[in-house]
Order: sequence, then structure tokens, then C-alpha cells
Amino acid sequence: MRPFAYVRATSLQEAADAYAAHPGSRYLGGGTNLVDLMKLGVETPGALIDVSRLPLAEIRELPDGGLRVGATVRNSDLAAHPLVRSRYPLLSRALLAGASGQLRNVATTGGNLLQRTRCGYFQDLSTPCNKREPGSGCGARDGLHRDHAVLGHSEHCIATHPSDMAVALAALDAEVELYGGAGTTRRVAAAEFHRLPGDRPEDDTVIRPGEIVTAVLLPAPAPGAVSLYRKARERASYAFALASVAVVLDLDPGDGRVRRIALAFGGLAHRPWRAAAAEARLTGAVPDPGAVRDAVDAELARARPLRDNAYKLPLARHLACDAIAELTGAHPGSPATP
Amino acid sequence: MSPTAATLEPATAAALGAPVPRREGREKVTGAARYAAEQHLPLRAYAWPVPATVARGRITAVDTAGALALPGVLGVLTPYDAPRLGPSDDPTLQLLQDLRVPHRGWYVALAVADTLEGARAAASAVRVTYETEPHDVTLRAGHPGLYTPEEVNGGYPAHREHGDPDGAFEEAPVRVDVRYSVPPLHNHAMEPHAATADWDAERGHLTVYDSCQGTTVVRGVLAGLFGLRADQITVLAEHVGGGFGSKGTPRPHVVLAVMATRYCGRPVTLSLPRRHMAATVGHRAPTLHHLRLGARADGTLTALTHEVTTHTSRVREFVEQAAVPARVMYAVHNSRTTHRVAALDVPTPSWMRAPGEAPGMYALESAMDELADALGMDPVELRVRNDAATEPDGGRPFSSRHLVECLREGARRFGWAGRRPPRREGALLIGAGVAAATYPVYIAPSGARAHARPDGSYLVEVNATDIGTGARTVMAQIAADALRVPLDAVSLSLGNSALPPGPVAGGSTGTASWGWAVHDACTALTDRLARHQGPLPAAGLSASADTTQSAKQKSPYARHAFGAHFAEVQADTVTGEVRVRRLLGVFAAGHILNPRTARSQLIGGMVMGLGMALTEHSGLDPASGDFVERDLAAYHVPTNADVPAIEAHWIDEHDKHLNPMGSKGIGEIGIVGAAAAIGNAVCQATGRRLRELPLTPDRVLAALDAGPEGAGRVAGP
Repeated sequence: MRPFAYVRATSLQEAADAYAAHPGSRYLGGGTNLVDLMKLGVETPGALIDVSRLPLAEIRELPDGGLRVGATVRNSDLAAHPLVRSRYPLLSRALLAGASGQLRNVATTGGNLLQRTRCGYFQDLSTPCNKREPGSGCGARDGLHRDHAVLGHSEHCIATHPSDMAVALAALDAEVELYGGAGTTRRVAAAEFHRLPGDRPEDDTVIRPGEIVTAVLLPAPAPGAVSLYRKARERASYAFALASVAVVLDLDPGDGRVRRIALAFGGLAHRPWRAAAAEARLTGAVPDPGAVRDAVDAELARARPLRDNAYKLPLARHLACDAIAELTGAHPGSPATP
Repeated sequence: MSPTAATLEPATAAALGAPVPRREGREKVTGAARYAAEQHLPLRAYAWPVPATVARGRITAVDTAGALALPGVLGVLTPYDAPRLGPSDDPTLQLLQDLRVPHRGWYVALAVADTLEGARAAASAVRVTYETEPHDVTLRAGHPGLYTPEEVNGGYPAHREHGDPDGAFEEAPVRVDVRYSVPPLHNHAMEPHAATADWDAERGHLTVYDSCQGTTVVRGVLAGLFGLRADQITVLAEHVGGGFGSKGTPRPHVVLAVMATRYCGRPVTLSLPRRHMAATVGHRAPTLHHLRLGARADGTLTALTHEVTTHTSRVREFVEQAAVPARVMYAVHNSRTTHRVAALDVPTPSWMRAPGEAPGMYALESAMDELADALGMDPVELRVRNDAATEPDGGRPFSSRHLVECLREGARRFGWAGRRPPRREGALLIGAGVAAATYPVYIAPSGARAHARPDGSYLVEVNATDIGTGARTVMAQIAADALRVPLDAVSLSLGNSALPPGPVAGGSTGTASWGWAVHDACTALTDRLARHQGPLPAAGLSASADTTQSAKQKSPYARHAFGAHFAEVQADTVTGEVRVRRLLGVFAAGHILNPRTARSQLIGGMVMGLGMALTEHSGLDPASGDFVERDLAAYHVPTNADVPAIEAHWIDEHDKHLNPMGSKGIGEIGIVGAAAAIGNAVCQATGRRLRELPLTPDRVLAALDAGPEGAGRVAGP
């Protein structure tokens, strides 16, 4: 048996102190991913610091019209919240597209952000994995990698980030609030919270040792902006995205040009992929199907598909073009057929 | 005396045919039902096996020092010190007997500890070193290792040929020449393979609670392996959480659990982690199919060849008999049905629900749909046109065959007549498809005993195994009718090797095999009671039966169940996602003994066919030699959200040539043909023929983006 300590924190400072006292510990939220990884031997924390009972389960409207989502708010509660459903429907849809009802009832907002890749080689101690064991190699690159990254991967790691929620948060320009001990907090843009693997695939995020996710902050939605989340998967529930897309679109009602667009992809990279090149091309443009397609293609031109996963490029293109067409009212008609 | 197969009159009484609820339903939904790993015996220890991490080679050393130093560890068994086993027909059970590693995941050590967690930690602390050899896990059509075996699974000849199939194909005015592939698939029963074994050295008796499909077989194999007499072993399987073939014969878990209890002298539980199952409990081997159909312009088949290529392991030859259903389905004189297999460095394949029929009928019924397209003929009518009056391969008459009735009834219920052309709803393409189903009638000998008690109640003993099918309930129904008593006067004892020997719950044989013995024992008891004068003695009255003679009689008839599936699907042109909207099956499987549990069996099979069509696939990594999808997050069985409006109906057959109940097995036919119906519907919806299962978004999208196709099909004038 691998013994580990268990500490139930009643305050943020207590959690941070427990972390400092137990090197190599992990914060425990819903445990839907962490406990599985402990059973597999992928995670071997010396201590679990249970933060699920910290007073962070509140969803609160902010004076500027934004929303503050506590880190321990359960995925089901966040998806069902009236303000989320009315102001950030893509977030609700992204959450409901993830996992299963049972998992969403347990999984927390902070834990969702910090869940780890579902790469089969990461989960299997008998295969090499630079994320699990830096320097051991990447089993997926030579193995089967149909589900793996096409954008932003490195020779060290081709894993994808599995979260649906994080893709929506990236498109919403949300921020992640982190508690760093001694009363200090900082904020990180959700789109920058997860990293690309580079030569340090073991670090999924920019979080520093001991920092605790305390909240996700959603800016007030732009009046008139519309949004959408769509996900392609192998079965209708309880499957990770082959690819997904989150779009927030603000059109000038006068000339029909794009005032602002946020486009993020899931399932393509080591982090939610904000499509900056596509956004830049579309901003100020009339989003007719040709322009949208060109912009999306410009983004996907940066992709480096592997032997088994080139299908993700047309899939991502279809998803993005169709989502924007739906938001601009250019439906019906899809890129697949005339 | 048992009635003979030629003179049976189907029973006609009250309990059989009634939708009786499952007897153990309350126990199961309240969690009171105890499964193999839930036997809380005093001083119970736990075992955890160590899988090989290379795909081919030899063990050169096993270092157990780190594992043995952990607290609570009782021992680690390795090939160097594990007890020698006696003979077994199945070499996959010769565990820890030698140093060779025939595939990745093969067990190379066994850790035993006080606790489950301790055993797991000890297993992960065992250090095994190997001398590796190059491995090959990739099946391909031209593999140099391919050979034609003598026999395929089920004891069928691997190769059958009639007439001149090649010449007839060349001369046929309308031809289809197509190839399909089905990937490796996993059974993944809800309950993992598990056993609790308890060796009582003083009494010299071994008790094993095993998650299996038949305890008599497990007892026999354990006796041979451990050098015990059958009467020294009791195997119990009161409740089993599914098997789908993967528990049909003993699997490594039960052998290792017995090894462990004999080693440490304490009861030992071994429950396989889900991630080990892909490599150790059998899988459906991948199959490559080459089909050629030749027909006259009116649709009459003139040539059929079905050539199957598959893999087996280097440990044991198992050949998925996927070309065998083509010997049963359609009236065509010129035919070749044949199998080739290559032994690769892969885990040993085995039975998975409808071995042979499930992949074989996917290919045959897809090809029939392609032929209907080439002919411009309704696919229902094409099948009706080629219905067989006698079994095509052997020439025997069918005991009953209502394929055409299933097609007609299904078409009526589904609204097939005037099938709507493929249509579009926004980004969705909608279409419908049909496919036929078949499954053979097998039967095996069984014993049974029936007791009448003075209080008016009855006990029926039969070594049936209820793996979730409702067998317990149906046995009681058979008994009640044969005894002519109310159902609740009958109690049942099953799942125990101490009972008269009974065959496995497999091959859709259970109800017929056990039920015949129950029927005979109860009929004999009824006769005895009729002759009895006065009150019953305190011990009651008993009668027993053994169907060895009657069940083994060779029938002059070809006996098969038939069916038809109808599917409506939608294909999303944006994502390539296919979802089934409606799935409807009609089956002709003799007398349906319990409509409630039968429906559950049939729709369960159909859902499994849906998974085969759309979501289930397992990949062998050429580099590591491992199955990659090894948990239920990665191996995609259908979820509730994937299962549409689903209906199973049947045509009640009155077939006197089966067994006293007049029943055919229904455990497997539900999966047969379902994938073809869905694939055919996808073809109608999209205009694209995909010939590689499953129909995942990447494949469907690629086909949609590639535009209309015709490659791979030779259509005549």
C-alpha cells in the first residue's frame, strides 16, 4: 500500500500551510481524475489536502456585471446556474458536453481546470511518457495517437487537454484566480492558464507550487454578443472531444461586420487553443462563409498533424465554420455538402 | 425416459410464455446480491497479478525483494517458484509455468497480501527483466504467417466449397466484390473477472466463488490443474455480472486465485483490474472479409465467396468462424466459405457474443445491401428472393425458418414499405437500412433434480448459471409447468458445481440445455407423485434426469434462429457523427419462454451491435504490442444517450424438433446483423459505403468530404 496523509483544510491559509508541510502533496477537489490516477500509480502524492470543503462553492454576480465562480462549485451546479445559462450559454453547454451526470455532480471548477490528459500512455506506467516521467520518451508518438494533438505539440509530448469547460472559459476571456499563500492572490487569463508542452510537458499549467485555484472570473458579456459550444465525439455522452469549438461573436448590427470574435478549439492541443490568427482576420470583416473559411484555414495552417490524427483538421474546420455560420444566421448549409 | 428430438411437443401451460419478473431483481437493485469478489470470508487475503510489459521474449529475472519488504505482503509467486500445474486443454491457463512471454499483458508474477491495496502495491514493486524479441501484432491481408486451419471455432470445417464459385462469379451479370474489416472488440462485462478461492487443507477441499458462465466446467479444469478430484472442489456462481462469452471457460483469474489460496492457506480474492482484461480474458479477433456475390438480373444469387482473414495468439489457436453464417443464409449453389489465420504476438482471442455470426453477418449483410444497390432492388426483396428451403451447406431441411416472416413483419412495423428516400434535416442526413440475422441452435447435456416437499413446495436443482439473463426465472417457469404447480411453489438452486453437472451459459444453449433436464426431472417427479399414495414422507419425494442421450442425438434438421434488423440513422455532415434514431428487430427463435427477460436479451444484443457499428474499437499499438483502449472511458460501449427508440419483437414459432419447451436460444441473435443494418442505413443516408467498422466521425467525415464513391464494387450491366 502506498500510504499518504490526508488533511481537510478549513481555510485557504490552512491549505497552503499543509502544502508547505507536506512536500509533494496534491489538493483534492472532487477527485474524479486524481483518485483514478492514484489508483494507476501515475500520481503518488505524499498527502492529499482536501480543499473541497473550503467556502468557495458560491457563484456571485459582480458589480461590473461579471460573475465570480468559486473553485469548488460543482460542474453540474455551474451548468445549471440561471445566470450562466442566460449570459454564458456556451459555458453551460460545454460543461454539459463533458463527462457524465455522475461525474459532473462531483467534479469541481478548479479540478476541471487541473484535470490531466487522458493520453493512454500517460496513464500506463509500463510505457514511456515525458509528462509522467520526464526524459523517458513519448509512447504516443510512435504508438497510436488518433486522439492526440495537431497544434502546438512538441517532440516531447503530443497530449491534449481534455476539458470542455476550459475551452469555453478561454473563449470567454475568463480569468483564473490563484491563492499563493500569506493572503496573496493573482489572476491568470484562462487562455494562458494551460501551457504548451515544449520541453516541460510535466507542467500542464502556469500554476506555481502550492498555489490554489480559488475562483474563475467571467467578464460581463458584451451586449448583443452571441456564443456557441460544439463538440464532436465518438458517442453521445461520456466521451472526450475529438475536436470542439467555442465561439463568442459580437457583430455590428449596422454593417454586419465583426466587432469582436473569440474562437477557441478543444481537443487539438495541450491547452484550449485560442485561434488568434483567425480572430485577427475576422475582426472588422463581414463573416461570410468564404471569409470564415479562409480565417479558420489560416489558423489551422499552423497545425502539424501526425500519422493517425489528420482528420482533426477538417473536423475542426467544419466545427468552426458551422458554429460561426449558425451564429451569423448563415445556416442552413454546412461546409460538408452544398 | 426423455422424449426424442423428433417427437417433441412444445409445452403449453401457464408459466411459460408469461412475462415473469426476474426472481433476484430486488436483491440486485438493492445491492444484496453477492458476487464473487464480495465473499467476506474470515482472514481473506488479496491477490494482484503482474502483467508482462514486453510483447515477446523471455523472462531473465524476477526481483521480488522490494515487494516482499512491503508491509502485509504474504508472498509473490513467479515462474521460478510457482507450483507446477497439471494438464489443461487451454494453454492460456498454464500460468507462471515457464519463462516465455507470448504477448504483452501475459501474467508473469502474482502478489498476495493482507489487503487489496497491499497486493496492488506489491505487484507494482515486482521488478521483471526480459530478453526481448521482435514482435508483430499487426494483422494484414497478405501476412506471410497466414494459413488455413483444420477447424474454426464451433468445430466447423475451415473451408467449404460447392460447385464452381469462381466460374459462376465471372459469368454473373451482376457482381459485388467487396472487402470489410472489423477491429478487435472486447466483451467488458460489468463485473470484472473475479474469484474468491478458499483451500481447506485439513478437509482437503477447495471452495471457489467464481465469476463464470458455468461452474461444472471450472471445477473440471481446476481439478486437472491442481491434481484434485472433482469431489474435492466446489465452485459457486450464485450471481454473475455478465460474461458475453469471456467467462465461458475458466480464465487466468480463477487459476491464480486458487494458486494463491493453496500458497498462503487463507481465502484469497482476485478481482481483475479493468485495464488487465483486454489482454487476459479473450477478445473478439479482428476480421478482414473478402466477399464476392454474383447474381442474375432478377436478384437470384449464383455465386458467393466469403473469405475471412483473422489472427490468433501464439499460445492457442482460436479462429473466429466468421464465414460460417454464409453457409446457412441464402440459397446459392456455387459457394466458397473459408478462413485463414495468422498466429501473432497478441493476446488469445476467444468467444465474444455470437462469435462468427456477429462479424460474419456484418460483412455478408453489408454485401447483400451492396448487391441490392447494384441490382436496383429493394434489399428486403433481395433477401426474400434468396431465401433457402434447405440448409445450403448440408442440404438438411430446416426445423423451422421464418426469415422471410421476420423481414416482412419488421418492414411492416418499421414502415419500410415505400422506404423514404434519404433526406436532409439541416446538417443531418437521414437514412434507413435493413439486415438479416441468424444464430444456430446448439444443445448440451445437463442433469437436474426435482424434490417435492411435504409442505407442498418444490425444490429444483440444476447447475444453470444466471449471468444476468434471467435463467433462474425461466428455469422456475419450466419447472412449474412440468410440475403443474404455481410458479411460487418452486424454489431453485443453481450456480453450484455440487449440483448435477450442467453446461455453460454460452452459445445461446443455456435455457434449452438446462431446461430440458429440468423439464424431464419435473415430469418424472410428477409421475412419481401421481403414483404415490398418502402423505409425503418427511424427506419428500425426488426425481432426477440426465439428458446426455437426448441432447446428443444428431438432429436430421438444420436448426437455426433467424431475424431481421431495421435501423434509421442520422449522419452529421459537420462532425461526421452518426447516431441511430430507431432500431427495430424481429426474431423467430422458437417459443419465447419469458417475454420480459427475452426482450432484455434481444435489445441488449442490439445495443451491443450498435456499439460494434459506431463506437467500439480496440487498437493494437504496433510499437508496444498492447491494446490501447483498456478502460471504459477509452473503450466506447454505447451510453444511454446513444441508444435510441429500440424495439424487439418476435414471431412465435412452433417447432417440434428442438426440445420440450420448443425454444431456440436468444442470447446472441440480437447482436447478429445489427451492425450491418446500421451501416446500410448510413450508406443510404450519405450515399457513401464505409466498409471499416466502427463508423466513427473521422471515417464518416472523410467519406463525406471525398464525395460520391464507387471504388471496390464491380457492378454489372
